[in-house]
Amino acid sequence: MAFVPSAVVSHPTSLRFQASLPRNRWNALLTAVAAVFSAIAVLPLVLVLGYVLFKGGSLISATLLTELPPPPGLEGGGIGNAILGTIVVTLVASLIAIPVGVGGGVYLAEYSRSGWFAQFVRFGTNVLSGVPSIICGVFIYGLIVSTRLFFGQSYSAMAGGVALSVLMLPTVIKTTDEALKLVPQELRLGAMGLGASQFVTITRITLPTAFTPIATGVVLGIARAAGETAPLIFTALFSPFWPEGLFNPIATMSVLIFNFAIMPYEAQNALAWAASFVLVLMILLANLFARWVARFTRV
Amino acid sequence: MTATLSATQTCLSLEDVSIRYWNNEAVRGVHLGVPRHKVTAFIGPSGCGKSTVLRCLNRMNDLIEGCTLSGRVVFDGQDLYAKTVDPVEVRRRIGMVFQKPNPFPKSIYDNIAFGARINGYTGDMDELVERSLRKAALWDETKDKLSESGYALSGGQQQRLCIARTIAIDPEVILMDEPCSALDPISTLKIEEMIHELKNSYTIVIVTHNMQQAVRVSDMTGFFNVNTFSDRDTKVGCLEEFADTQTIFNSPQQKATQDYVSGRFG
Repeated sequence: MAFVPSAVVSHPTSLRFQASLPRNRWNALLTAVAAVFSAIAVLPLVLVLGYVLFKGGSLISATLLTELPPPPGLEGGGIGNAILGTIVVTLVASLIAIPVGVGGGVYLAEYSRSGWFAQFVRFGTNVLSGVPSIICGVFIYGLIVSTRLFFGQSYSAMAGGVALSVLMLPTVIKTTDEALKLVPQELRLGAMGLGASQFVTITRITLPTAFTPIATGVVLGIARAAGETAPLIFTALFSPFWPEGLFNPIATMSVLIFNFAIMPYEAQNALAWAASFVLVLMILLANLFARWVARFTRV
Repeated sequence: MTATLSATQTCLSLEDVSIRYWNNEAVRGVHLGVPRHKVTAFIGPSGCGKSTVLRCLNRMNDLIEGCTLSGRVVFDGQDLYAKTVDPVEVRRRIGMVFQKPNPFPKSIYDNIAFGARINGYTGDMDELVERSLRKAALWDETKDKLSESGYALSGGQQQRLCIARTIAIDPEVILMDEPCSALDPISTLKIEEMIHELKNSYTIVIVTHNMQQAVRVSDMTGFFNVNTFSDRDTKVGCLEEFADTQTIFNSPQQKATQDYVSGRFG
């Protein structure tokens, strides 16, 4: 019998890849569909960044970052007070939300994993994270602004910070809770087995071990709060001047964008675009910082 | 058995101890006296409650939800489960080494210094770290890398680090829950040699699945078994026999012990 090599190739049980088979066609088609959808998913980010850069990037200069906005009708000026204001308000929010949120997360994960109170707090946290931000604003308006709670002042940086902290709180609680749950139980038992109290175990072993995910969550929470407008409109209001302490109205970037974008003046519209660019950049940097924290502190 | 030991020699004694998780009785009616400065081994088939009994000796069971104990565990004349007893204080005097090596995500140095610091140790920390590592036969391997993470060590080294960490708090008793079950034979041998050294200064209770290990390291052996009781559907662990290791392995009084140590079940 003669050996015919070509017969092997054309044999129906050949192992060669055949693109025309139905399963391979479906595979190629569905891979392409998935690729298109993921491209669409990142498209808004690329477009927003590109458009904001295009409209506002040309105004970026030293004066933009350091000067006050011009009175209506005049040219030039900057958004220095709004940048400072956003930092102040976000700082106030962080100073409230981080201790309360981390403390709450520690309670949920370490002290009462499955008690009815913990379940209730977890459920409440989930609901709170879904509450529209404008409702947080109205709530703080009713609680602090209209009652003139702080030294008889109505609108203030403090009220804005409290409103943002309400928005940040669920993120911080949830990430702390989840991060602590990922800490191996053996570490807790190891510390307890050496005669560590629960407090020492948490502060010296569990929290440091979970530091990276908690810090990442906190930074993302801050980044989200820094861009919020709705809660600030009724609480921090706005100011065309440099910040005058925590208990006076304060300018913030998001409210500046909101106010200036709808003004009938060219200079203000341009500043709104420039502020959009700076704000997006700050949030982007915060996100990059969160990633850096995650990488830098990995054990 | 326990009656032959005088009171001063007994370090820990269990009097009619029963432990349950929620409604499941895990262990029933354990009477046992752990002699001071000796190695006591707990052996028995899986699920017989030997680890549960070990954990009750320094109140680690408090950390497991639903775990309750009846009976008395007496340590130095004090009932460990009395209402006035602080479990944190108990664990400082009765340290524990776990089945899986669990070093903290800290440097080797800090792993050992941690326990000493929280116990208010004010002496020379460098000296304590060296002494603890030497006792755990780990000093030569780690003296040049004390600032490296405890995770950088091999499994056997990690377990010796955990033992060194326990030695550093200077407990009176060291409980070991299958300390070698995750280790290779060489590491196991090192830990067994270390146990021989340690019993001069500490009372050691060790749970092991490995009967040869019990023979090699222990002076006393408790054999736990699962039994059925007429009032329960599920099997309940209990202490079948407690005696000198020689007696348990060569001339046990109970048939179940004989069957187990000769490899007929378990």
